[in-house]
Amino acid sequence: MKFRSLALAAAIASVGLSAAVVSPAAYAQAKEQYFPVIVYRTGAYAANGAPWANGYVDYLKLVNAKGGINGVKVSFEECETGYATDRGVECYERLKGKGATVFQPLSTGITFALTEKAPVDKIPLITAGYGRSESQNGAVFTWNFPLLGTYWVGADVAIQHIAKQAGGLDKLKGKKIALVYHDSPYGKEPIPALQERAKMHGFDLQLLPVAHPGVEQKATWLQIRRDRPDNVLLWGWGVMNSTALKEAQATGYPREKMLGIWWAGAEPDVKDVGAGAKGYSALTLQHGAEPNSKVVKDMLAMVHAKGQGTGPKDEVGSVLYMRGLISAMLGVEGVRKAQERYGKKVMTGEQVRWGLENLNLDQKMLDDMGFAGVMRPVQTSCTDHLGSSWVRVHTWDGAKWNFTSDWYQADQKVLRPMAMLASGKYAEEKKITPRTPEQCKQ
Amino acid sequence: MIYRENGQFKTTYAADQQIFTIAQDKVFVLGVIAFAFIGIPLLADEYMFRAILIPFLILSLAALGVNLLVGYCGQITLGAGAFMAIGAYAAYNFMIRIDGMPLIFGLLLGGLASAGMGILFWIPSLRVRGLYLAVATLAAQFFCDWAFLRLGWFTNYSSSGSVSISNLSVFGWGIDSPLEKYLFCLCFIVVFAFVAKNLTRASIGRQWMAIRDMDVAAEVIGIRPMWAKLSAFAVSSFFVGVAGALWGFVHLGSWEPAAFSVDRSFQLLFMVIIGGMGSILGSFFGAAFIVVLPIFLNQVLPALGHLFGIEISTAGISHAELIIFGSLIVFFLIVEPHGLARLWSIAKEKLRLWPFPH
Repeated sequence: MKFRSLALAAAIASVGLSAAVVSPAAYAQAKEQYFPVIVYRTGAYAANGAPWANGYVDYLKLVNAKGGINGVKVSFEECETGYATDRGVECYERLKGKGATVFQPLSTGITFALTEKAPVDKIPLITAGYGRSESQNGAVFTWNFPLLGTYWVGADVAIQHIAKQAGGLDKLKGKKIALVYHDSPYGKEPIPALQERAKMHGFDLQLLPVAHPGVEQKATWLQIRRDRPDNVLLWGWGVMNSTALKEAQATGYPREKMLGIWWAGAEPDVKDVGAGAKGYSALTLQHGAEPNSKVVKDMLAMVHAKGQGTGPKDEVGSVLYMRGLISAMLGVEGVRKAQERYGKKVMTGEQVRWGLENLNLDQKMLDDMGFAGVMRPVQTSCTDHLGSSWVRVHTWDGAKWNFTSDWYQADQKVLRPMAMLASGKYAEEKKITPRTPEQCKQ
Repeated sequence: MIYRENGQFKTTYAADQQIFTIAQDKVFVLGVIAFAFIGIPLLADEYMFRAILIPFLILSLAALGVNLLVGYCGQITLGAGAFMAIGAYAAYNFMIRIDGMPLIFGLLLGGLASAGMGILFWIPSLRVRGLYLAVATLAAQFFCDWAFLRLGWFTNYSSSGSVSISNLSVFGWGIDSPLEKYLFCLCFIVVFAFVAKNLTRASIGRQWMAIRDMDVAAEVIGIRPMWAKLSAFAVSSFFVGVAGALWGFVHLGSWEPAAFSVDRSFQLLFMVIIGGMGSILGSFFGAAFIVVLPIFLNQVLPALGHLFGIEISTAGISHAELIIFGSLIVFFLIVEPHGLARLWSIAKEKLRLWPFPH
């Protein structure tokens, strides 16, 4: 019996091995621009990861339906990480050898790990709205592109928004603002920016960490009930957000005084709470739910109507779907920009990096692509990999998200020196010489 | 026929006390080591090194450490991830706080720090055994998770709580390419496996095994349980700590406490149980099973689907991976509760009689 089962196991393994040998041939792509897609459709954060992935993949399908990037077709492949850093690194290693254009790690932990690897492999990283905040300094972080804003941008605007509601930045003095955050690099990113603002305006910043995955928050909200902070900033992710909102409801903390980052401002975060989350606001780094935008209508007509849609149809245009879609668009536009310089063919990672660094999406281009009303222009440069720091606030009315504020812009007078300081420290640690303006022109 | 010890006579005590008493075993193991040092560098590509071989080697080392404690000394631990974290963070602090600290010393000091903390944590645990001990070790896990998240000193006050290290070099030899990293880890694992094998053959290992089999009887024949258990804790934590430092420095390059969460502890314990408790070889089998199999399934399933013209979604593959992986664990535990190492020794017994079984 034992020997037979051993033989059986060996047989299974050999069948598998032969299949593994076959598999690279099945994926061989020659004349297509290859986009690796790192996703998490399973695990603790699947509810938020899946719409993002659907939007990302759908946009790439839309590009193909419209005839590719200047005639170059796009191919893509997903790799599942389950939000685990080591699996993310494995995915990166697996996909990078196939001619990867650009990686979008979709996790702060994976971003940190890949930041060390990308310069060696010469593949750019786009971390649209997340990642390490100091990487906006492109002179040091040559390969990182935190396009459309970082957590520092979010933190800065959050304070501006609270100040505006209070009637001016000078009114913040003596106020108590609590930050309820996911206890991971993601949740800790905004702290330096908030501390800087706290020093400037004299408000009291209270830090309340919540352990992964965030279903246990009783102690945190007990503390909030006791201290009654004037505002609560929510830097949560996945199930932590809906738990926080339920706890706020149970504690009787007004949802109107809670403000989330964009990871805490999508449909899956509030849907379960429904009416209980009414009045809760979240920052959007540019876009919110955009079911009426032209790009979404195109998507429905050209991809979903033909039965090629990736996810459920009613999810198209939701907040995280749009985030995935826009992330893909930024990568595609990086390729398009690179083609202007290097010719209309398949671009390498190095050429795409140039494209991303010289990205200049003005309002007309965005409108033509169907992003009218969805986002504002993005322009990057050698030293500024941020491209844009426009933020709006949207509020949940119990059934859907509605924009409730005007456009804000993060104060680069505050953030830029911080980014320079932090990236300088990083450069010193890693013995990187920041690029000079001459090197930038290459 | 080939695998027989007929005609191999031992004429000295030294010959009788070798690690591998049968010549074929010795040739085989030396062959495997030679292949690992020469053959694999010629054959493997960058993906194999970075995504499979390096994690496999490092986790084998960690599993080896856990096996010394769980398999040889019979003390269950659910806190192995914590000691990996201690090793990684201690080595990190030694490297950045002491100028010109050589890498190997840094890693070994990380291991020593882990051993020291191991003893400290285990002293109160000496009074409990069995399942209660397992619960006590969880405390170490949670304490370390907390400490590395909240105490800024350990992470050099990094704002995100994530630390990174680069520009590794030994005696001026820069460890940058995947091949160099692989060889660096391989040297560690060969030396440590050799040490572990000899420890378990020496009096200290026999004391551990006596404690494992029956602690009262061991005490009666003159083995001090406290000393035996503490030495097992210390040695195990040392191995695990060095593995943790390698995991952070060589494999990840940049890490956060989540890299050494309680999941990691469970993973290491499963490696030992599936690979074979009380077997050095079993640690390698277990690590291979846990590290390589999920990745393998993840790549083979879509290819298999492709052969039959079925497109499986990413989520579907991921779920199928977990289902198959879980059922394989159950399958192996039912077929061979003593682990993969036991299957290996059964195969060897069969080979002795092959091709003429009675």
